[in-house]
Amino acid sequence: MTSRLAQRIEAAKAEGRAALIAYLPVGYPDVEGSIEAMVAAVEAGADVIEIGVPYSDPGMDGPVIQEAVEVAVRAGVGLRDVFRAVEAVAAAGAVPVVMTYWNPVERYGVERFADDLAAAGGAGLITPDLIPDEAGEWIAAAERADLDRVFLVAPSSTDARLRSTTAASRGFVYVASTMGVTGARDTVSDAARILVARTREARPGIPLCVGLGVSNGAQAAELAAFADGVIVGSAYVRELLEGRGADGVRALTADLAAGVRRAGVPA
Amino acid sequence: MTTTSPPQPGDLSLPARPGWPDATGHFGIFGGRFVPEALIAALDELTEAYEAMRVDPAFLEEFARLQRDYTGRPSPVTEVPKFAAHAGGARILLKREDLNHTGSHKINNVLGQALLTKRIGKTRVIAETGAGQHGVATATAAALMGLSCTVYMGEADTRRQALNVARMRLLGAEVIPVTTGSRTLKDAINEAFRDWVTNVETTNYVFGTVAGPHPFPAMVRDFQRVIGDEARAQVLEREGRLPDAVLACVGGGSNAIGIFTAFVGDEGVRLVGLEAGGDGVGTGRHAATITGGTPGVLHGARSFLLQDENGQTIESHSISAGLDYPGVGPEHSYLHQIGRAEYRPVTDAEAMEAFALLCRTEGIIPAIESAHALAGALVLGRELGASGAGGRGGEPPLLLVNLSGRGDKDVETASAWFGLGEDAAPTDEDDRAVEEGRGADPGPGLDTHQQPTEGAVSNDQAVAGQDAGETA
Repeated sequence: MTSRLAQRIEAAKAEGRAALIAYLPVGYPDVEGSIEAMVAAVEAGADVIEIGVPYSDPGMDGPVIQEAVEVAVRAGVGLRDVFRAVEAVAAAGAVPVVMTYWNPVERYGVERFADDLAAAGGAGLITPDLIPDEAGEWIAAAERADLDRVFLVAPSSTDARLRSTTAASRGFVYVASTMGVTGARDTVSDAARILVARTREARPGIPLCVGLGVSNGAQAAELAAFADGVIVGSAYVRELLEGRGADGVRALTADLAAGVRRAGVPA
Repeated sequence: MTTTSPPQPGDLSLPARPGWPDATGHFGIFGGRFVPEALIAALDELTEAYEAMRVDPAFLEEFARLQRDYTGRPSPVTEVPKFAAHAGGARILLKREDLNHTGSHKINNVLGQALLTKRIGKTRVIAETGAGQHGVATATAAALMGLSCTVYMGEADTRRQALNVARMRLLGAEVIPVTTGSRTLKDAINEAFRDWVTNVETTNYVFGTVAGPHPFPAMVRDFQRVIGDEARAQVLEREGRLPDAVLACVGGGSNAIGIFTAFVGDEGVRLVGLEAGGDGVGTGRHAATITGGTPGVLHGARSFLLQDENGQTIESHSISAGLDYPGVGPEHSYLHQIGRAEYRPVTDAEAMEAFALLCRTEGIIPAIESAHALAGALVLGRELGASGAGGRGGEPPLLLVNLSGRGDKDVETASAWFGLGEDAAPTDEDDRAVEEGRGADPGPGLDTHQQPTEGAVSNDQAVAGQDAGETA
C-alpha cells in the first residue's frame, strides 16, 4: 500500500528539486500523436504524466484545453485509448496518473475502472469535479485496487475543508493556485504560496503539487521554491495546437525541468 | 392544505416541503454536488444564506410584494373548452404562467435569487439561457435591483431566439454567445460555471432550473412551487375537487416541479412530465432525457442524461430551445424512480399541432415549450376517454396543464414551421398596392379553412386602412 506518486515526488525532493507533472489529453491530435507527446515529455524529464480523459463538458478547463479535447471527443476517444496511454507512459518510465471528469468513470463502472486502471499500470486518479463528499464508491474501489486519489483544494476552501479533503487524498494534493479555469497566466499569484502553507498545516507530510496557470521555467522555479510538484497543462496543449508536436513538448519540458531544479532561486 | 383561498404568493413555509432532498442535496441516488472544489465555498454560502432567508419574515414579505405588484401574481386559471374538445372528453384547465411579467414562469425563481444575491452582498449576476426566457427574467430582475448582469446563450439559440436577445440588451444585460460544443443550453451552462469559478467573489450564479449542484434544485423548486400552491387552491375553489392529472413540459424541469410540488402528497393526482421528443425518440434526435437517457453526472448533479458509451453528453434536438437540453433536474429522476411521476415524449410535430390548435381555438399563443404539455394533455385526455376512465364521481377527467410561457418569442419559428413566413413577408406587389391605395394582401392565416363570421365584412369588402378616415 505505497503510493507510487508520493514515492516519485519524494525522490525528486531527495534530489533537492520539485517534481514536474505534465498534463496531456489522450486523442489530440489523435491517439498515437498524444501518446508520442507523452513519451516525449517523459524522455525530456517529466516525472509524472497527468493523462487527460476527453470529456464533452469540461467545466474546469479554459479555451486551450477545450479546443484539443473537443477534437478527441468528436473522434470517439474513450477509456480503452486512455489505458493504452497509461501503459505507454509507464513503459517510458514516468508515473501515469489519469485526470478525468467523473461521468466517464461512472459510465464505465467504478469497480471495473479501478481494476483496469491498476492493470494498465496507472497510479491513480485526479478528479476535478468529484469532491471527497461524493467519492465514497471511488475511495472504496481505489483502496481495494491500491490506487491513489488526488483531490483538489482551492483558495476558497475553508480550513475545515482543507482538513477533510487532504485526509481523503492519497498520492498528492492538487493545489489549484488561482480561482478559475485552466490556462496559462502571466503571473502565478501569491495565492498559491498562501494556499500551500494552509494545506500543509491541514495535513503535514502529504505532497502538494501546484497547478493552474504555469507556462514556463521561470514560473516553475518560483513555485518549486515552496511546492513539492509543479503541474503544467495548457502550455503543453498549446505546443500541440500550434503544430510543434513532440519536439515542442520536448523543448517545453526541458525549460520546465530546468525550472523545477532552480528551486529556491528567486525568479 | 384544507383552505380553498389562494395562499399568499411567496409564502414558502406552507404547505409542507417534500421530505427530499437530504441535507447534502440528494434525492435518493440523484442530485448532490459534482463541482470543482473552488465552488464549494460559494455553494455553502448560498445554502446557508438561503436557509436563513426562506424563513425570514422580512424576505417573505418583500418576495410576496414583488410577486404581487411586479409579476402580477396570482396568475389565473383558464378553462379551455374548445381546445379540450379535441381531448377525448376531458376538461382542461390552464395555469396561466404566460401572463406573468416577462412572459413565463422564470420570473418567479429569478426574483427570489436576485434578493438572495443582494442579501449575500454580491453585485453581479450571471445566468445561462436556452429559449431566452430565463435570461430575460434575470436581466429584468437585475435592472430592477441594480445588479450588473451577464447572460450566456448558445450561439445557435441566439439566432433561434433573436427577439429575446434584443430584450436582454434593452434591459441592460450583456449577452455572450457561446460558440463551444453544440452551441446550445448545455454549453451556455458550462461557460457560466467557468465565469462563476473565476469571479465568484463578486458574482452570483442565478441558475434557471431545478438542475445543477445543491442547493439549486431545492432552492429553485421552493421559488417555483408558488405555481402549484396557487393552482391547487384555485382548482379546489372552482371545482371543489383536485384535478385527475397535472401536466407540464420538462426540459431542466423547473415549471414542472413548480406545479407538481403542491400535488406530490395527493396520491390520486397523476403527475405527467412531457419531454421534448424532437423527431421521435427512435430517431436519436430528441431531448427526452428520462425516456431515452440513463443515469449519470452532468452540470454538477447526478440525474438522467443523454450520453454515449464513453459517457460523453449527446447533443439534444428539439424545435423548442427551452427544452433542448440533454439533462434534467435530479428531483424528476427521483420522482420517476419512485414512480410518483411519469414522463412521456412529445415530438416536434405533435407539439406544433397543439400550438396551432390553442392559437386557433382559444386565442392564446403558447410558448412552444408549453405546447408540449398541451399535446400531452390531448393524448392523455383521449386515453382516459377511450379507456372509460373518467374523473372522480363519473365526471369528465379534469386535467391541469401548466402553460409555462407565452409564444411571442416563437413567432418566427412557428411561421417557418407552418410556412407562413415567406407568404407573409411584404412583396413588391404589396408595396405597389399600398402606393396605389388598394391596400396590401394580408396573406393567408394559419387556418386556411376559416369560415367568414356571419355579418362580418370580408377582406375584399373592407375599407383599406389608409382610406378609412375618408369614408368614416
